[in-house]
Amino acid sequence: MNNIVSDAVNTNEPRYAIGIDLGTTHSALSYVDLQASDGEQAVDAVLPIPQLTAPGTIEALPLLPSFLYLPHPDELPAGERALPWSDAEENAIAGEMARSRGATTPIRLVSSAKSWLCHPGVDRRAAILPSDAPDEVTRVSPLAASTHYLRHLRQAWNAAHPESPFDQQSVTVTIPASFDPGARELTAEAARLAGFTPTLLEEPQAALYSWIQGSGGRWRKQVQPGDIILVVDVGGGTSDFSLIAILERDGKLEPHRVAVGDHILLGGDNMDLALAHFVARKLSANGTQLDAWQMRALTYGCRSAKEALLADANATTHPIVVPSRGSKLIGGSIRTELTRDEVTSFITDGFFPRVEASARPTVRARAGLTQLGLPYAQDAAITRHLAAFLARQAGATAELEGFSGRVSAEHSFLHPSAVLFNGGVFKSGILAQRVMDTINDWLYMEGAEPARMLEGADLDLAVARGAAYFSYARRGGGVRIRGGTARSYYVGVESSMPAIPGMEPPLEALCVAPFGMEEGSELELPGQEFGLVIGEPVTFRFFGSTTRRQDRSGDVLEFWGPDELHEMNEIQATLPAEGRVAGDVVQVKLHALATDAGTLELLAVARDGQRWKIEFDVRSAPEAQ
Amino acid sequence: MTQQTNLPGFFSRLSIAFGALFKSLGDAEFAARVRDDGVGPTAAPVPAPVAPAPVAKPTPTPAPLRTPTPDAALQLLSLFQREARLIDFAHENLTSYSDADIGAAARVVHEGCARVLREHFSIEPVRSEAEGSRITLNEGFDAASVRLTGNVVGTAPFNGTLSHRGWRAASVTLPQLAERHDARVLAPAEVEL
Repeated sequence: MNNIVSDAVNTNEPRYAIGIDLGTTHSALSYVDLQASDGEQAVDAVLPIPQLTAPGTIEALPLLPSFLYLPHPDELPAGERALPWSDAEENAIAGEMARSRGATTPIRLVSSAKSWLCHPGVDRRAAILPSDAPDEVTRVSPLAASTHYLRHLRQAWNAAHPESPFDQQSVTVTIPASFDPGARELTAEAARLAGFTPTLLEEPQAALYSWIQGSGGRWRKQVQPGDIILVVDVGGGTSDFSLIAILERDGKLEPHRVAVGDHILLGGDNMDLALAHFVARKLSANGTQLDAWQMRALTYGCRSAKEALLADANATTHPIVVPSRGSKLIGGSIRTELTRDEVTSFITDGFFPRVEASARPTVRARAGLTQLGLPYAQDAAITRHLAAFLARQAGATAELEGFSGRVSAEHSFLHPSAVLFNGGVFKSGILAQRVMDTINDWLYMEGAEPARMLEGADLDLAVARGAAYFSYARRGGGVRIRGGTARSYYVGVESSMPAIPGMEPPLEALCVAPFGMEEGSELELPGQEFGLVIGEPVTFRFFGSTTRRQDRSGDVLEFWGPDELHEMNEIQATLPAEGRVAGDVVQVKLHALATDAGTLELLAVARDGQRWKIEFDVRSAPEAQ
Repeated sequence: MTQQTNLPGFFSRLSIAFGALFKSLGDAEFAARVRDDGVGPTAAPVPAPVAPAPVAKPTPTPAPLRTPTPDAALQLLSLFQREARLIDFAHENLTSYSDADIGAAARVVHEGCARVLREHFSIEPVRSEAEGSRITLNEGFDAASVRLTGNVVGTAPFNGTLSHRGWRAASVTLPQLAERHDARVLAPAEVEL
């Protein structure tokens, strides 16, 4: 009998720890075999993902391009869009074919769904993508697009591992460290809609996990207690920074994530596009106009030219050929070239200028309130964003044990001692070196030791592999990065001063979730009770801060610096009328819960213990901006 | 349980054996099928005393040839066209173009062909030695993967100079095709609306 019970338990135990990098432009799935792994020796692999690469053609590729194509009913013959795991005709196509088809028919292409998922200005559950599609195209929501990619990955896994169903494995999905609680919740919801319950992990942390795993234990020789690792993650569509401090506890090294940066919509694809537009201008000056199809070919050409020139410091030019669209290849092709000077001025100096530590990104006032497209970064200089991040976090380690002597009030920015790069952009040694040189200039000006570059990062697949390793580590197998939530959170309350006609009562910020809440912990807001009306939604203004580490739950801020608190979407509590009389007022306390899954939950808890979840980002009326 | 009813009895088997013998002699295709079929009667030779074979001189039977399925070839052509515009290039008349124009197009073709080869085949040299070096081929070398040229006389071991390293496809991964996919369409016509 005992045997039967333990067997039953074993079959429900995950066999694999799976990590999913749900990227802006590419997704990947990596996994660790739990039975074959022990301690820091994790046995991992990347799952090739079957996907349509052309009509009726299935290929298994290591990456799934995060694009969704919504074909016209007459566009493809029957049977040409079936995937190996379904006979049904898909009404949306994900992957490589979506990307290549969509380039010639952009009105049917959903791209950058992840950037839309964290766009505070839109309803992310509403069918709004592609944003420039004509009316007859059935649009999808950012949430539905993300769900589609995750479901594709789940089905690809199940086809390859029928004996270990996906939803029974331990699955981690990565998110940018800069995602707000609403976007985190939406990512978790997309996973649940795709048929599994995920744990979320910040991408820069995943990159560090991958580096730790890849070092095979030697990471302990490459970092020391007191090190501050800056993770610079420049992906296809976003840039993300995190600071991770190395502590020593009970004789063991323990990485602590101490700060995360803001969300910057700026990545490698922007660089390729900037180059392509530059080359197109050069061509049109010579009388050659390119159409949209040729522009796409030019962007591909510019990418390989850029990669070639940035990989080899001695190359001076790289040819680019835009093939003709018709079948006359020779006469109709356009030949041009990219020179070293152009790449240096556009990419190296344009996106990674050697700026002072005091440099800040330029911000132009947005024209008008309505904003239809994505909020791309207005300043393309990643080094300026980095300077601003390090300056804002100057005091990030002040309170950390073992770091008190290392921070001085004279430092104008936080001094990192090591840098870990992530993202395909940094396959170019020239760009990685440029970032290192810039940071080391800043450090030199303040009399600090230069930072060193952590070697051996897997730039393309680090996030997926790190996520799988994390799934494994949190089951007790390896090193864990600590740190808890990377922001403190506040609700806006009106101050109780006497009303002055014509003036809004000033707003105070009530801290509901302090910085660094460990996962699995729950905090009750002391003192304060709110009266909620049954059946009527109540909204609160909601704020987050990446720098106010000292605030405790229940603290009330009357003043704060312009950069300290960032307003996020309003949050909403609705108490359903079940078992109560609509219109009654119930006294509730607010609770903050950092879940094991990596999300933040706010709860309204009545005196009798009944709990209601407070929703982030509820938009019944999107026009009420 | 032990006896399956549709197995032929002894006399039936004798008759089948004779039938197979004569049909093999007269019909090369049937003979090939018998030979290629692992369980065919070649494994159990017909007892000679019972059936004295005709002493007529055996006619040389042509070696059976495999006919490759066209689908994989068409698929590869389609890949070369999609990635490298190979069909477009081969169909051009080069006489009217300057070498510079041809060179520009050749970059497209070269880059695309290299990509197809890289992504769908893993190709390795047959011999790892540097070209131009002296190598020795011992008895029993694989004549399919090494071709002898020039003064081919005597017996192994053969000493010679490696003039080409040769190529071998260590693996092939062509995309899978949908059941009803028409591989003859190498590149669809494009119509911009």
